[in-house]
Amino acid sequence: MTGPPPAPAYLIAGGTVLTPDGPVAADVTVRDGLVAEVGPRPSRPAEGAPPPEEVDATGMVVGPGLVDLHAHLREPGEEWKEDIASASAAAAAGGYTALVAMPNTDPPIDAGHLARYVADRGRAVGLTEIVPAGCVTAGGAGKRLARLDELWEAGVRLFTDDGRTVADAGLLRRAMEYLCDRGGVLAQHAEDPGLAADGHMHEGEVSSLLGMYGLPVAAETATVARDLILAEMTGARYHVQHVSAAAAVQLIREAKGRGLPVTAEVAPHHLAFTDQDVKGMDPVFKMYPPLRSAGDRAALRAAVADGTIDAVATDHAPHAPHEKDVPFEEAPRGAAGLETALAAARTALDPDPVALFLRMSVTPAAIAGLPGQGRWIRPGAPANLVAVAWDESWTPAPPYHSRSVNNPFTGRPLTGRVRFTFYRGRLVFRDGRVLTGSPAPAGEGR
Amino acid sequence: MSFLTTEGLPRAELESLLDLAEEFQRVLARPIPKVPALQGAAVALMFFEDSTRTRLSFERAARALSADVINFSGPGSALSKGESLRDTALALRAMGADLMTVRHRAAGAPRRIAEWTGLPVVNAGDGAHQHPTQALLDSFILRRRFGKLDGLQIVIVGDIRHSRVARSNMFAFTALGAQVTLAAPRTLQPVDCRGWPATVTDRLDDVLGDADAVYLLRIQTERGGRSLLPSLPEYAARFGLTRRRFEALPPHSVVLHPGPMNRGVEIEDSVAAEERALMTGQVEAGAAARMAVLFRLLGGRS
Repeated sequence: MTGPPPAPAYLIAGGTVLTPDGPVAADVTVRDGLVAEVGPRPSRPAEGAPPPEEVDATGMVVGPGLVDLHAHLREPGEEWKEDIASASAAAAAGGYTALVAMPNTDPPIDAGHLARYVADRGRAVGLTEIVPAGCVTAGGAGKRLARLDELWEAGVRLFTDDGRTVADAGLLRRAMEYLCDRGGVLAQHAEDPGLAADGHMHEGEVSSLLGMYGLPVAAETATVARDLILAEMTGARYHVQHVSAAAAVQLIREAKGRGLPVTAEVAPHHLAFTDQDVKGMDPVFKMYPPLRSAGDRAALRAAVADGTIDAVATDHAPHAPHEKDVPFEEAPRGAAGLETALAAARTALDPDPVALFLRMSVTPAAIAGLPGQGRWIRPGAPANLVAVAWDESWTPAPPYHSRSVNNPFTGRPLTGRVRFTFYRGRLVFRDGRVLTGSPAPAGEGR
Repeated sequence: MSFLTTEGLPRAELESLLDLAEEFQRVLARPIPKVPALQGAAVALMFFEDSTRTRLSFERAARALSADVINFSGPGSALSKGESLRDTALALRAMGADLMTVRHRAAGAPRRIAEWTGLPVVNAGDGAHQHPTQALLDSFILRRRFGKLDGLQIVIVGDIRHSRVARSNMFAFTALGAQVTLAAPRTLQPVDCRGWPATVTDRLDDVLGDADAVYLLRIQTERGGRSLLPSLPEYAARFGLTRRRFEALPPHSVVLHPGPMNRGVEIEDSVAAEERALMTGQVEAGAAARMAVLFRLLGGRS
């Protein structure tokens, strides 16, 4: 296998650059996969080097590439929904330079060779860093531990049975104890199976009117409360995935107040929509946890602002169009979101750029343990970058780079648009088009 | 235009449908109970969930309006061979259906079919959501009996949580001026009824004394209703319309049930035989009410 051709040098000109010292009006020179210079435009290229390709970022925010703690890539096993190539393209289009791939594939990622396969496929595509998460339990079935050591050796740092909950408290305790000394993150899809049974949407006024079984808030809080007790008991790093309810936010806030090493993420759709949006029974709004009340949404927004929620993560969950084009109660759960996440979060939260990149790049990179990602822009840092037209209004619409179209933001005006994405020093997304990736040999990386 | 829900249906629209049903009730009483109103139109009856009386009632209504009927039932159909609901609906449209009557176990399925096909759709029951023609026929019966629904106290008893009839009837009855009380043990009440135009209680005996009509519902064991109760005999003792409870009702009051009845559970056998138990009339009224809806949706077509 021959290596990729060397990446050209780039000059990202005219943007507001998010540096360790804050936003700075500056040009960024990218060379050899790294940020070479940040500052006023160099008067001339380095001796003997070809002139850099200029990227006009006038009026844009140039920040570290986004890092998603929560994406379903559907490979291996469900490639009709998505695969690592199409998800990588969607990631590039969404400004993501790293995705943590959820392990609930077919087969589930519960052993070392499977995690290596996912990472290798990501490297072969070369559009974004694909970081495998591993199952907590064998097959994600919740009966016995997965091959945690093998997964760790294969680079897995975040462990989850996402899509399902590790419901057995004794088993969860053992997983926490086992991962503890290495600092692995135990991430939980918090949904008590008994309380959530048969639910299709948030349990409340709308579900009652529609005659659908709901998932009560208690399905989330009962699990989070229990898990926090176990995390305190074991000292494990515990991460709450896709928090949806105000009461869960409160539990996390209290746990952080007690000094527990707890983190949490929220999905853009939970920041944008409520169960009122389910009234039309369009399956594009069916996801677990479900869209909750306006009060919950307000609490989630406030928790992102005050840092109780550490990260915005997509829970990108693609499904084929024919799978979603059915009655609500018969539809699979999940919403696609990689290509709209930044704009959705920007629109829902109206944050300053530093705050948004903290939640969508810097902090998630730290949670996932990715040293080459989520770095404020300075010379010498890996050139994983995104340029965002911060105030541009646009309306998402198919076709998407993702293989699926189940995106609830379709047709909704959003503010903030990803214009350029650089991965490992190479321009991989430019003005709506995904460019050729930068494939790396299998096994490279950590 | 479709007929999918009674929620938000204006009183004037309901009354106009009831007036139309009166006319069709007279048609049905004629020696030849048929009018050529929908001659040449085809009504598809799409019952993806078991039904006897509703399907037969719609079929009778369509035929009495001289419409053609395309019958489709779920089991044994292309659907059981893996065809999607969307493709099934589009195939029936291609066969010439002008209107679709849809019963489906999933809430919102009739609405989806209306979106896919662009045809008028009558909701014949979707999950635990709505069954608006049932509400129309029940309103029809009550209006015939009492002259109007204004001021009537109507108690709907039973498995409210799983009942599309309760949801449809509550909106229709209250739009027509009645007051509705929903009575059920807590586990059979909807989780959150704030905002519903009804009061909710788990003490049936407190509300029966003022009832003009008692509307009984079946425990929907197929939707999990039974697992929400300790036992059916205990339910029958607390919420069944026993002889003792029936005797305590105001003498002018009536009893309704959408059927099928579970005698000995929600209603004592002998009570079902009372003259004030209007179940047979409900079945009769079904065709006239459905004729009104079909005619309203298709009568103006060119």
